[in-house]
Amino acid sequence: MKFLSEYRDPELARSLVDRIRARSSRRWRLMEVCGGQTHTIVKQGIPEVLGESVELIHGPGCPVCVTPLEQIDRALNLAGRPEVIFTSFGDMLRVPGSDCDLFQIRARGGEVKVVYSPLDALELARKNPQCEVVFFAVGFETTAPANAMAVWRARELGIENFSVLVSHVTVPPAITAILESDDNRVQGFLAAGHVCTVMGWEEYEPLADRYRVPIVVTGFEPVDILEGIWMAVQQLEEGRHEVENQYARSVRRDGNLPAREIIGRVFELVDRQWRGIGEIPMSGLGLREEFAAWDAERKFDLAGIRASEPAECRAGDVLRGRIKPIECAAFGTACTPESPLGAPMVSSEGACAAYWAFARYRGAGTEAAS
Amino acid sequence: MSRHEDPAASLAVAGLSCPVPANEGDRVLLGHGSGGKLSAALIRDRFLPRFANPALAVLGDGAIVELGSERFAISTDTFVVSPLEFPGGDIGLLAVHGTLNDVAMMGAEAVCLSCGFVLEEGLPLEVLDRVLDSMSAAAAEAGVPLVTGDTKVVERGKADGLYVNTTGIGRLRQDFTPAPDRARPGDVVLVSGPIGRHGIAVMSVREGLGFEVEVESDTAHLGPLVTALHQTCGAGVRSLRDPTRGGVASALNEIAGASGVGISLEGTAIPVPGAVNAACEVLGLDPLYVANEGVLIAIVAPESEAAALAALRSFAVGEGAVRIGVVQDGPGGMVTMRTGLGGSRVVDMLPGDQLPRIC
Repeated sequence: MKFLSEYRDPELARSLVDRIRARSSRRWRLMEVCGGQTHTIVKQGIPEVLGESVELIHGPGCPVCVTPLEQIDRALNLAGRPEVIFTSFGDMLRVPGSDCDLFQIRARGGEVKVVYSPLDALELARKNPQCEVVFFAVGFETTAPANAMAVWRARELGIENFSVLVSHVTVPPAITAILESDDNRVQGFLAAGHVCTVMGWEEYEPLADRYRVPIVVTGFEPVDILEGIWMAVQQLEEGRHEVENQYARSVRRDGNLPAREIIGRVFELVDRQWRGIGEIPMSGLGLREEFAAWDAERKFDLAGIRASEPAECRAGDVLRGRIKPIECAAFGTACTPESPLGAPMVSSEGACAAYWAFARYRGAGTEAAS
Repeated sequence: MSRHEDPAASLAVAGLSCPVPANEGDRVLLGHGSGGKLSAALIRDRFLPRFANPALAVLGDGAIVELGSERFAISTDTFVVSPLEFPGGDIGLLAVHGTLNDVAMMGAEAVCLSCGFVLEEGLPLEVLDRVLDSMSAAAAEAGVPLVTGDTKVVERGKADGLYVNTTGIGRLRQDFTPAPDRARPGDVVLVSGPIGRHGIAVMSVREGLGFEVEVESDTAHLGPLVTALHQTCGAGVRSLRDPTRGGVASALNEIAGASGVGISLEGTAIPVPGAVNAACEVLGLDPLYVANEGVLIAIVAPESEAAALAALRSFAVGEGAVRIGVVQDGPGGMVTMRTGLGGSRVVDMLPGDQLPRIC
């Protein structure tokens, strides 16, 4: 497949691994920000081939993982209402709220539908004027332009039975929060290629400068990720701290201007809770006042729904790379993939779930499956 | 609540994942039908304790029962595919092939089939005719008569056009009882052809999914391949499985679990057609979990590998047969994969359906 097979070439990947291992004078700790990158890293077994040269810390970039419990509970509340058709991307359906998930709401008679685009949800609202259609607008800057466009179109078409439950987050404040913490262990970042396709990388330049960390805008295929690691390792070895762009086939410095424009018109920066981390100031996107009529939180008065994370969960420490998952007292006891306490155990790509699978694999008592 | 027009596909039966865990509540969930962990729990916790008997306890594709001096395989399956007709087949073909294949995977020669239909009020008779034509042609081609059946009609809205159950009975061969618990370290894992075609073909025509791929369902009767494996390898055939719902990954996890062995796959050896790969990329699916209806997995003794591959490749549906992995001492009950990069990963059973990913 054009533009895909080149970036999965095992020969090229192995030569990058060799170069990274040869160049690393010590074990560097890099954080890949995006859940999509974590997916490739886990699926390809990249930590194993890197050995002692680089430790990859899985960042908070899985939107499923970081959506706060409170917002999940609000989604569940809306989805259970008889007049509501609740629409969402597929992987939000199984995320546990305080006492159930969207699949269970559907089994109890709630109308919950998987859509591939918020515009499909808008179309559903147009076709079912007797119902309230709510779309769960989650994700990073990547999904924000389409979600903004759905709200924009709703106003343009005068569709009043459509609204969005917004839980958008943005990457730079999360990187800042990690770097600001006293015991930060992350020495370099692979920035999320698709987020930067929308936003560009200008906003990362002050971060690289102020905190003296390399930030490499990186794609999602194995060769992309290894090349991103290679570029970050070279910077670290040379004492440089710059923003570099590995994902040049997709990302420009100023990003996608029309996409940024629609985000700016519909959304504004707001404080946002991150599951497992807590509130990060000005880290989320919320609808501007002029779009209040399409804001599910205001339309359905959900402010009273509050939830708090289980106290014994140390997900925040794991996400910042402060502790390994196995150092958390709840790991494998109160917290397992079947019954997770925190975000990193929720997704199988989360750090805790990845450790769980790995421990099970090693615990069986044999070497790697060669 | 009335049915709403749905411009988007409900990826209820196959999708992809940020694979979050399964939560079992107090009601049946769609995930209980996925062939993953929730399905297994449903059977284990609710069905097995109530119907416990030695034939059921084996938990194969069907059961083995003794009648006089002969042993028979019996297998039943219910088909609920939507849409009823899709590229490469329809629900009727699936219903005949699916049950015949389950009988074949037990090492038996099919003798006869029964069927039971639930028809929805308003189903066009021409659709029913086409489905019945498919069933009749598939049964005739396999040389297995459909000897009894039943029909029920339910009100409009109570069924998705039609549902059909088929049950097959087969005669077991002497000294040939492939079973999920017979895989041994050193055995090799073969697959009879390219994977993922049925699941992608069905998804490509789901309402609102809006992508076009030139993939046809692989639905096929696999009995002749099993006959050839029996003739050439005999007891060298340890386990046979047709990886339908849940795909190759789930079928191999079941074998690894039942046999208490590890299975190690060679990622680059797994045959995935280009169009299936492309569709999986767009949807974020892993082809290892996508359904097949005309592919078999054979675990065979190492000395039988060449003969088994030659036997499979002598059929059109088996011409792409290859070795994809080996059976090892451990880790017990786990399937792992060597990636193209030389790393390894766990190929776990999914908790429920694959779900479309955001990221």
